[in-house]
Amino acid sequence: MSEHAEVVKPPVTSIGVVGWLRQNLFNTPLNSLLTLATLYFLWTVLPPFVRWAFLDASWFTPSQVCRDGAGACWSVITQNIRFILFGFYPYDQQWRPMTAVVLLLGLLFYSRDRKNWSKWLGYAWVVGLASMGVLMAGGVPGLPAVESTKWGGLPLTLLLSVFGLTAAYPLGVILALGRQSKMPAVKVLCVVYIEMIRGVPLISLLFMGSIIFPLFLPEGITINKILRAQVAIILFTAAYIAEVVRGGLQAIPRGQYEAAESLGLNYYLTMRLVILPQALKIVIPPTVSILISAFKDTSLVVIIALYDVLKTSQTVLSNPEWMGFSREVYIFLAILYFLGCFSMSHYSRKLEMELSTDNH
Amino acid sequence: MALNTSRTDAAALHEKPEPFWLDPKKRAVLFQILVLGVVGLIAWYLISNTVANLQRQKIATGFDFLGKEAAFEIGESLIAYDASNTYARALVVGALNTVKVSFIGIVITVILGTFIGIARLSSNWLISRLAAAYIEFMQDIPVLIQLFFWYAIFYETLPSPRQALNPMHGVFLCNRGLIMPVPEFHPAYRYVFLAFVAACFLVWGLRRWARKRQDETGKTFPVFRVSLGLLVGLPLAVWMALGSPFSLNVPELRGFNFRGGTTLSPEFMALLLGLILYTAAFVAEVVRAGIQSVSKGQREAAMSLGLRPAQVLRLVILPQALRVIIPPLTSQMLNLTKNSSLAVAIGYPDFVSVANTTINQTGQSIEGVALIMVVYLFFSLSTSAFMNWYNKKVKLVER
Repeated sequence: MSEHAEVVKPPVTSIGVVGWLRQNLFNTPLNSLLTLATLYFLWTVLPPFVRWAFLDASWFTPSQVCRDGAGACWSVITQNIRFILFGFYPYDQQWRPMTAVVLLLGLLFYSRDRKNWSKWLGYAWVVGLASMGVLMAGGVPGLPAVESTKWGGLPLTLLLSVFGLTAAYPLGVILALGRQSKMPAVKVLCVVYIEMIRGVPLISLLFMGSIIFPLFLPEGITINKILRAQVAIILFTAAYIAEVVRGGLQAIPRGQYEAAESLGLNYYLTMRLVILPQALKIVIPPTVSILISAFKDTSLVVIIALYDVLKTSQTVLSNPEWMGFSREVYIFLAILYFLGCFSMSHYSRKLEMELSTDNH
Repeated sequence: MALNTSRTDAAALHEKPEPFWLDPKKRAVLFQILVLGVVGLIAWYLISNTVANLQRQKIATGFDFLGKEAAFEIGESLIAYDASNTYARALVVGALNTVKVSFIGIVITVILGTFIGIARLSSNWLISRLAAAYIEFMQDIPVLIQLFFWYAIFYETLPSPRQALNPMHGVFLCNRGLIMPVPEFHPAYRYVFLAFVAACFLVWGLRRWARKRQDETGKTFPVFRVSLGLLVGLPLAVWMALGSPFSLNVPELRGFNFRGGTTLSPEFMALLLGLILYTAAFVAEVVRAGIQSVSKGQREAAMSLGLRPAQVLRLVILPQALRVIIPPLTSQMLNLTKNSSLAVAIGYPDFVSVANTTINQTGQSIEGVALIMVVYLFFSLSTSAFMNWYNKKVKLVER
């Protein structure tokens, strides 16, 4: 009874590579045309770029070799990497900002997994941030003090972002709650604050921090430049976070408030136990995009002459020896920021999926 | 009598008078007074410090400086300006430059962003992947770094005028910027413009008439095609009737620089390019989300009603997609305008840059920063006024 049913294979043109190509690249005449045009465009752009960026590039050479070569000069990065990353921080002490950055990245990496979220992680963050501060500033036995005017490069960028975001988040939540409040005075104050900050560019706040803020303080008291920029960034980011959180608060159905009230919870407990946990969860994706733009916005401090990683790179470029290699330096910085932002947005998508599963 | 007893009953219920901190209303009033008091105190403290500091450093206050001679040159200006003009005029020049770069930037960004957003949804794998990569990359790189990058391309990579790149006849690209031909002005253009304005009015009237007729008789009228014909045809007819005058002012290399045509400075080009390429990525995401928000059933239902594809798009898909697209799109336009303030970093004389120079010269930082904030607040508030108007309008369209 071995009757062989003839196995009819699908036509070659609809499976495998050929089928995929037909379905995704050449399914209509217009698409075929577009595909060919795109391929031609890539063919004219990519090979010269690859030749410039990799094949002809110089990686660890003095600047003269770069000037004679035809390709990209990545040496401008590799030869000056310590200045780009750490700025004017004393050369023999640069292991300290290095350790601080590694500590921060390690903490971020460990906090990535939700299984590790606990009270201890919170304490670890407090201890971690404090020891980062001590490492940077010094002034304890064994670590000579380093003035904050000498801080620069990557640690400064990360410092401004991390402290800015951690301080702006609670402030933003408070502002959002104030805006939803039934008390007219509180509500008006919060609305005016949020709308005013959101209506002006960050640069005007940074100007305010760097030029006007010293006038606000009584004679003889000065606050250092980094802190002033930090305050401006916090005030700016908080307004945006407030608007995002407001969106979350508005999405919570009335029944949740009424249920909490009928349980006898007061305002504080209602918010802490019922409303905020739900509202903040809804707004994770938009919050992350605020965090990403806040991270990108720290690059603006270059305009008020703080030595963040962008400014240190530009300082390298103003050195006659390395003048004229701006493209390479900016591409390097773009990759640096891209890695930071991309990992954040990637993480937010992952977190969003994890959190949404328990709703099914 | 009865009234009295009920009152005493009520009083008897509260044997002790309720303390005021247990009454939510009184507590709210108290809390607000407290908040206002604290805010007021902080404000008073800051203001009194500022006044004392200003007096001690002998810095003038008030806006008198606006009438004084500015004594600095501005690289590019839409209105006549030189160093002997007042600060007020310099600031107007800056504001106009901001409006110029923002307006051109917004127009190109919306067009480019729409294309990329549609490309992202293309069934062509290659194009959709490329669009996705563009969106992800551009969104994740700070706009300031992009500005610096394009500026470096202009002043560092592009050749001097003598070796300028010449991609098209009369168009030159070099480290002095982009030089291109412009049509020369002719008195006839005034009438062509008037004809265009007249055509706009005609189209408006035609639309009203066509809608009214359709409501009454059910007959449709090819409004779109006739309008397009009017808008293009009427000015064209006037232009041809006046002898179709047209001449281009083509730039030429003379010595070390170009004569004729119009020059877009490297600062302007870098700013425009950076803002457009950055914001277009966000606009593309907005457009993509808007198109995806209209469910497939809507298109199928519209087609089953017998509407033609163009009508399906115009009457069913677009009104619904635009309701989702317009609000975030406006905020992207506003973002572009606010980001144009980064011009100060590459030396394009926008409002912030001129105000910054003013602050440095006069020392009146409070007034300068206040001016910056007021100008941008004006842009933002007028945009949100438009948004509220628009939201009301689309709400009426809803059932």
